[in-house]
Amino acid sequence: MKTLDRLREHLRRDRVFDFMLPKVVFSPALDTRHGPILYLEGVTVSFDGFKALNELTLYIDDGELRCIIGPNGAGKTTMMDVITGKTRPDSGSVYFGQRIDLLRLSETEIAQGGIGRKFQKPTVFEQHTVFENLELSLAGPKGVWHTLFARLTPAQRERIDEVLEIIGLTAQRHRPAGVLSHGQKQWLEIGMLLMQSPRLLLVDEPVAGMTAQETERTAELLTSLAGRHSVVVVEHDMEFVRTIARKVTVLHEGRVLAEGSMDEVQNDPRVIEVYLGE
Amino acid sequence: MLLKRLYESDRGGMILLAALLLAAIVVPLLNLAVPESSPFHLSTYTVTLLGKYLCFALLALALDLIWGYCGILSLGHGAFFALGGYAMGMYLMRQIGERGVYGHPVLPDFMVFLNWQELPWYWHGFDMFWFAVLMVVLVPGLLAFVFGWLAFRSRVTGVYLSIITQALTFALMLAFFRNEMGFGGNNGLTDFKDILGFSLQADGTRVGLFLASAIMLALAYLACRFIVNSRLGRVVVAIRDAEDRTRFVGYKVERFKLWLFVFSAVLAGIAGALYVPQVGIINPSEFSPLNSIELVIWVAIGGRGTLYGAALGAILVNYAKTYFTAALPELWLFALGALFVLVTIFLPRGLVGLVQGRRKPDRPPPRDETPSGETPATTGGPGA
Repeated sequence: MKTLDRLREHLRRDRVFDFMLPKVVFSPALDTRHGPILYLEGVTVSFDGFKALNELTLYIDDGELRCIIGPNGAGKTTMMDVITGKTRPDSGSVYFGQRIDLLRLSETEIAQGGIGRKFQKPTVFEQHTVFENLELSLAGPKGVWHTLFARLTPAQRERIDEVLEIIGLTAQRHRPAGVLSHGQKQWLEIGMLLMQSPRLLLVDEPVAGMTAQETERTAELLTSLAGRHSVVVVEHDMEFVRTIARKVTVLHEGRVLAEGSMDEVQNDPRVIEVYLGE
Repeated sequence: MLLKRLYESDRGGMILLAALLLAAIVVPLLNLAVPESSPFHLSTYTVTLLGKYLCFALLALALDLIWGYCGILSLGHGAFFALGGYAMGMYLMRQIGERGVYGHPVLPDFMVFLNWQELPWYWHGFDMFWFAVLMVVLVPGLLAFVFGWLAFRSRVTGVYLSIITQALTFALMLAFFRNEMGFGGNNGLTDFKDILGFSLQADGTRVGLFLASAIMLALAYLACRFIVNSRLGRVVVAIRDAEDRTRFVGYKVERFKLWLFVFSAVLAGIAGALYVPQVGIINPSEFSPLNSIELVIWVAIGGRGTLYGAALGAILVNYAKTYFTAALPELWLFALGALFVLVTIFLPRGLVGLVQGRRKPDRPPPRDETPSGETPATTGGPGA
């Protein structure tokens, strides 16, 4: 069946073969004239018949801070996997800006092209110092040969200092990342994303396991980032979502159930039904 | 200035290089200048033995680069060593010329014995030293490139990668055992006469080979140190610790692994090429998986992820092997096994870790400006 589908895909008359398309070039001037920076349209992903995403259609505006909530198995993480190239959807299209088809790019190309992702579990380079973690995440050429002879320029040092300031880890700069607290690791990871100067940040459960105080600081950090970057936050913690969200999207069974401000969403009967007892 | 910084950042390495320099001066002197009757005379046998240890140290260095720093546990690195050795062995065979037992001007003895009429195509060119040297680098490098390209592209990692490297060396061993391969089959290549016109039996040549091994080891050490201290080195360690993260940061993980693997294989090939003229034989048993596993033990015992620890481990374990196999031959394998178990349990960072005591693992100094005079920033608090 799958081969047949692939064949059909090849024989579509409304588009040319992939190899005939011009090579994708990320330009600093990402085309967001019509508002959205990210377009997901009719995206379906199934694992052994189970539809993790079911005709999901979602738009993220440029500079927006969007929260995505939903019960377990609603497809939140799968959606992030699709955007970052980790999972290929069975059908649908994913565009970054007007022209960049993310489905044709590899994980690395997408990361270099301006989409940063923070994992659910904080993953930083534990053996490296905080400073080195940020150094490795610098935007710019990342080839084997280049990294062998790479030296930090003053501008890059400044950039690292700036990000250290933003994430509040200036005092920890020479400590190995492995000894940081859970919350600090999360911030460091966000800092690593910022080093890549991404246009879009995908943040998966940033406050899981954080203390109330850490959560509050994370909220401040994320709200301060919106505007210059588009930020998509996937979160379970309703309290946290309420503090940062301007617009909330509720996912359920792989599709959008409701969208709007937190109040609108919370009063939506369908959402209440899904979140029974919430 | 540079030396001082290097010394401070890499004390163990500096000690290794100083020891190599010392050996490079003392060993030739004791062998060539001190008369044989003197108790200080160093026999040519010992010089060759030391040269052999240095080749093993170079091989261990190659493995440590990929295992200690990139987490790629290759259980088939002996294959690259042996291929380098065979390339050198082919050159040495061609140098025998008419002095072989059968006295054939071109064909090595084993080919005459097999009734071959002409040289197989892949033996051409090996009468020239430069060509042999090129092959010493190229053949292991190319094999590593093809193997690594396929393995890393398919994201084979961890124990699965170890197993297929093991299979690689085993397959090569079986292939080289076959007479039809044209590499001397079971017996391999031996009965070498001279290298670059110098007799391999002469003391001077032996000392020269020892010196070449010492210089090569020092150069390889410096090259590896340069790599691990560069940003490339930090990327490689990042791959070891969090491969997915590195990928999402935007590095093409496969390429980094591939080039490091190729470089390591080339070093192993060079080690093999220096080894063969000193021991005077290369046969398919060098491909045996056991050799590659022993190599891993040297690195583990010395202390992986330090480079000099690997070299130290190789030299110490092989010295112990020489001693034990002569004194208590039946006990050696037990001793090796026990050593490995003990080191793994009690000295996870190897003998080097024992010396370093409780200090943090060896790491390059901060690339940053001096930490002193830092703004005592408020403890955390992003977005403030």
